[in-house]
Amino acid sequence: MALHSPDIAWFSWGALRGYPTRTILMLLAMSIGVSAVVILTSLGEGARIYVMDRFASLGTNLVIVFPGRSETAGINPSTMMGETPRDLTLDDAQALTRSYNVRRIAPINVGSADVSHKNRSREVVVIGTNHDMLEIRHWELAQGKFLPELDLDRASPVAVIGSNIRDELFGAQRALGKWVRIGDRRFRVIGIMGSEGRSIGVDVEETVMIPIASAQQIFNTSSVFRILVEAKTRDAIEPVKQFIIDTLQERHQGVKDVTVITQDAVLETFDRILGALTYAVGGIAAISLAVAGILIMNVMLVAVSQRTAEIGLLKALGASSRQIVILILAEAFMLSLLGAMVGFLLGQLGSWSIRYAFPDLPAYAPAWAIVIALTVAIVTGLLFSLMPARRAAGLDPVLALSGR
Amino acid sequence: MIQLTGIHRDFQVGDQTVHALDDVTLTIDSGEYISIMGPSGSGKSTLLNLLGLLDKPSSGSYRLNGQDVTALSDIQQAQVRNREIGFVFQMFHLVPRLTAAENVELPLILAGEAPEQRKSRVTRALADLGLSDRSHHKPDQLSGGQRQRVAIARATVTEPNVLLADEPTGNLDHKSGQDVIRILEELNQRGITLIMVTHDPEMGQRARRQLHMMDGRLDIDQLNQTDSAGDGTA
Ligand SMILES: Nc1ncnc2c1ncn2[C@@H]1O[C@H](COP(=O)(O)OP(=O)(O)O)[C@@H](O)[C@H]1O
Ligand SMILES: [Mg+2]
Repeated sequence: MALHSPDIAWFSWGALRGYPTRTILMLLAMSIGVSAVVILTSLGEGARIYVMDRFASLGTNLVIVFPGRSETAGINPSTMMGETPRDLTLDDAQALTRSYNVRRIAPINVGSADVSHKNRSREVVVIGTNHDMLEIRHWELAQGKFLPELDLDRASPVAVIGSNIRDELFGAQRALGKWVRIGDRRFRVIGIMGSEGRSIGVDVEETVMIPIASAQQIFNTSSVFRILVEAKTRDAIEPVKQFIIDTLQERHQGVKDVTVITQDAVLETFDRILGALTYAVGGIAAISLAVAGILIMNVMLVAVSQRTAEIGLLKALGASSRQIVILILAEAFMLSLLGAMVGFLLGQLGSWSIRYAFPDLPAYAPAWAIVIALTVAIVTGLLFSLMPARRAAGLDPVLALSGR
Repeated sequence: MIQLTGIHRDFQVGDQTVHALDDVTLTIDSGEYISIMGPSGSGKSTLLNLLGLLDKPSSGSYRLNGQDVTALSDIQQAQVRNREIGFVFQMFHLVPRLTAAENVELPLILAGEAPEQRKSRVTRALADLGLSDRSHHKPDQLSGGQRQRVAIARATVTEPNVLLADEPTGNLDHKSGQDVIRILEELNQRGITLIMVTHDPEMGQRARRQLHMMDGRLDIDQLNQTDSAGDGTA
């Protein structure tokens, strides 16, 4: 007395089609849950990859140095004596080139200044740096040349300006070779940065870059804001980090007063945070699936009571309790499977729309989320139908048939 | 062979106990034609449900072909219902979304029979009842008489030994009722044990053996004197 699988499928399918409202309601509940998981995780995953890409575009094998101990380092001699941390200098930067593992360095200074050409003027973020900055940040020029190779402490009246600045100061006129005034000094425009170089931290279309020694003169300082150091290889990152700490400690009379972070560490942190975020939204969406499960239970209970006479009849015709359970569960399984599939398609459509609306966001649901959504859908569908199925199996056939 | 001994079936309704069956003892031989009559509420349906293993006695013993069926497991009882017993109901109880042929096929599906064998048995059962041209009709496309014939085909497709009919003509007009009775009697003549509940004395009279119930008791158990349909007229 074993039911054949095709017969089970045939009977359950017929039952589902016989009650279209109920079927569509359950499909809806199921598919909303599944598509929520797919869409939300694709959003989270897309955001993660977006941010990671942006950070990766910061450069390759980067080590970043800035003055002062990071707060996490706690108390050190300089803070105990109430000193402000010692500034980084161009000599410090120069000293960092003296390692076999360092490919190149770029010191950075940032300030804001009025930039003008003839009677047009605006306030702009001015970056002082060197020739190697272009390579370290993987930027590309739209026109002209980047800053020339100079000793770090040599000023030079040349500037690379962002394309937006060019548009504002020069309009349709040619900018290359023209002079602009930055603060109280004159610089000749030698290059234009286009949108190609857009990356995290700096909007190069909106900035002006000049040699760092010139920037120090304009801002009247001898300090350096950051030093970017590019290690030759990935494996060289740690040795380079140690080399920087040792070199600067030696140069600063034995005080460890700089913070050195590696790009990898930053990437890892962001990866962890954003990954956790994706799991969280995925989990929340999965809860909506459990809610769908409860709905399924209630609707299956209604289904069982709607079909009391039919179940009683099946018993009279020789169906065992087990067979009744199998038939009801098969129905739930089919519904869940269908709902999961519809939900999957809706979800894919949803993440496609997100990608369409935000082309920068690679909103693809991760495989694990899809697997989990489909499994949770089918398992909840079955689990929550166990009780209605048992109830059906336990129906008294005499009462069921008499409609009492 | 069916042997009921000292059967009681009590229902608890509120704080009252209803004795739907009160000490019923009854032996039925293979191939008998029995009608059960009696006023409404006298326990006829309860007796029939018990015979069909749809219900369990509160006390007493029920032996079917020598076997104590009340001791069987749920699956074994389901098997007995499937193979040994056919049911025909007053309300037909066809599954509305299934065609006549599919309704007839149901007991064979539950028995796990292979699809090829099922088809030929269903075709034969429908043909026997003159329903070949109705096999793909849904119940709502059939007349009452046709529906009951589909139900009879379904009850007999597994070739059971016992056919239980609870007021099979109760929802039919006179002519369709006559047809249905004739079909049931034909089946009986081919060897099936026919046990039929009816409140129509004219129909009850046609059975060879007539039982009468009153307040859950079997008060009359008599053989038909005139013997109008039981054997002779075939
Ligand atoms: N499930 C039940 N619960 C309570 N009382 C019942 C139940 N089934 C039958 N009865 C009672 O048992 C008696 C016999 O019922 P039944 O066998 O249906 O009578 P009949 O078929 O002869 O009209 C009636 O009094 C009925 O009310
Ligand atoms: Mg009755």
